[in-house]
Amino acid sequence: MAAITSVGETPIVGPAQRPRGMQAGRRRRLNAFRYVVFTVFGAFFLLPLLAMLRFSLEGAKLGTWSLSAWRQIASYQGSGIPPLLSSIEITLELAVITCAVMLVLLVPTMVWVQLRVRWLARTIEILCLLPLTIPSIVLVVGLGEIYVRIQRFSLSALMLFWVYVILALPYAYRALAAGLSGIDVKTLSEAARSLGASWFTVIVRVIAPNMRQGILNAVLLTWSLVLGEFTIAYLLLYTNLQVELYSISRNTPNAGVLFSTSFAALLFAFVLLMILSYVGRARRGRG
Amino acid sequence: MAVAATTKTGARPSWAGRRPPAPAWVGTVPFLAYVAVFLLWPTGIVVVDALKNPNGAWAFSNISELGNPLVRGYFVGSFKLCLLSSAAGAVFGAILAYAVASGDPDGLIRRLYIAVSGVLAQFGGVTLAFAFLVTIGPVGLLFHASWYFDFPWGIGLIYTYFQIPLMVLVFLPAIDGLKVQWREASENLGSSSWQYWRYVGGPLLAPAFLGAALLLFANALSAFATIQAWENQIAYIVPQQISTAMSSEVGLSSVNVASLLALGLVIMVAVVMTIYALLQRRAARWLR
Repeated sequence: MAAITSVGETPIVGPAQRPRGMQAGRRRRLNAFRYVVFTVFGAFFLLPLLAMLRFSLEGAKLGTWSLSAWRQIASYQGSGIPPLLSSIEITLELAVITCAVMLVLLVPTMVWVQLRVRWLARTIEILCLLPLTIPSIVLVVGLGEIYVRIQRFSLSALMLFWVYVILALPYAYRALAAGLSGIDVKTLSEAARSLGASWFTVIVRVIAPNMRQGILNAVLLTWSLVLGEFTIAYLLLYTNLQVELYSISRNTPNAGVLFSTSFAALLFAFVLLMILSYVGRARRGRG
Repeated sequence: MAVAATTKTGARPSWAGRRPPAPAWVGTVPFLAYVAVFLLWPTGIVVVDALKNPNGAWAFSNISELGNPLVRGYFVGSFKLCLLSSAAGAVFGAILAYAVASGDPDGLIRRLYIAVSGVLAQFGGVTLAFAFLVTIGPVGLLFHASWYFDFPWGIGLIYTYFQIPLMVLVFLPAIDGLKVQWREASENLGSSSWQYWRYVGGPLLAPAFLGAALLLFANALSAFATIQAWENQIAYIVPQQISTAMSSEVGLSSVNVASLLALGLVIMVAVVMTIYALLQRRAARWLR
């Protein structure tokens, strides 16, 4: 991260451009402070990741290099647990289903509340933010009873999406609320309605395209949440990616495939968040 | 067309002769039903189970089990770990946030640190324990810390890895809210950097800082995956003991241990989050 510091940043912005109310001497000292901070924290954040990367490239003999741990991602099968690839598949499917259900549930409700039932807005907000104060370790204790009923219909780990939607609510709600606040929902919907559009058309073809940014944010946040979820799956005895990694680490600690898979998952999350940050900037730039 | 329609039906409501339309709030029923089933119902089950004995009779005396030395030990463990990791996370996170905020607001550094913080704040999973295991753990590349498996120091260090980024995300807006004019004004009056922070910047940021620290505390309270992957032989904190109680179903006397612990945890989180909300309101007075 130190390298990036010296390449990317233009630390001393001309005083006319950004004075920040500071004398030149202080500015210089501040910049020295900033570089020290960025270097130290950069090292703190980067070292564990690099160590993980190095371990994922460890060969059969200590100190040698090999790609075998990365190739194993597709084929790894621990004893007594499902193959790694199947749990990756399940987790990705879960992410897609959770996003879809979250959008179908939340977008029409939020638009409808803003247009027709303003008095419910506060209630909806509180309900959406409630999962922040009810941690998943608490939720899962009460979920056992409900999942017994669900398991009569299906034993698939995909059934986790029911509760993952709840976990995603606070993040999705805030992203969507930000998107909604940026557009004039009332005027748009009145215009569409007076031209004969049904409510379905209003929400899907008029409002939703106008809050693309909010929807994208909500989807990416939900994705990264589902990819990292462990507690609920583990305690309801389902196997998703995180539970699989945990089981592998209990059977064979230090298996190379642990580090390659973890690193890949992290990289994936990073790319998602980077997309989020860049798309957000591009939209702001135009607006 | 619209005019024709109006004259045809006159003043009568358009639904005359048909079933009256449902009230508007009906549109929110699917959402409310979903939340009721998958959020409110399980929470209700936890609360009710915590206050009943296994025979199904109400037993409010269960609450006193929270004072049981064994149970209290888990809460003390949780408190220690959360205090350590949130204090360290808040202080270091604030320093990093200030370094980020004092740079170019559109610069690459800032964007990079915010994006990375977003990822790492969510990184409190199983993988984080793996990453530290191969950095400073028994097979560490950097060094072998003898205190890696010590509670709370080893796990506390691991927790700061996601606490610092969270602090950056939460605290950055507050630092951005410090107006340049305040700095200029204090410098024009001849104040030193120390005086500026002691009498202007510090007091202004204090509520936001405390609020953010509390958010970190609540965040650490509910974290489970990392500590479970770090060391699953010994239960140190409440979430671990909930997990043990759920999978073994044998516990203290005759109480639904998992539910009782969960209730205790949720009360703790609720208290912390309430104070957080109050402090945020206080902080918002200046920092707009």
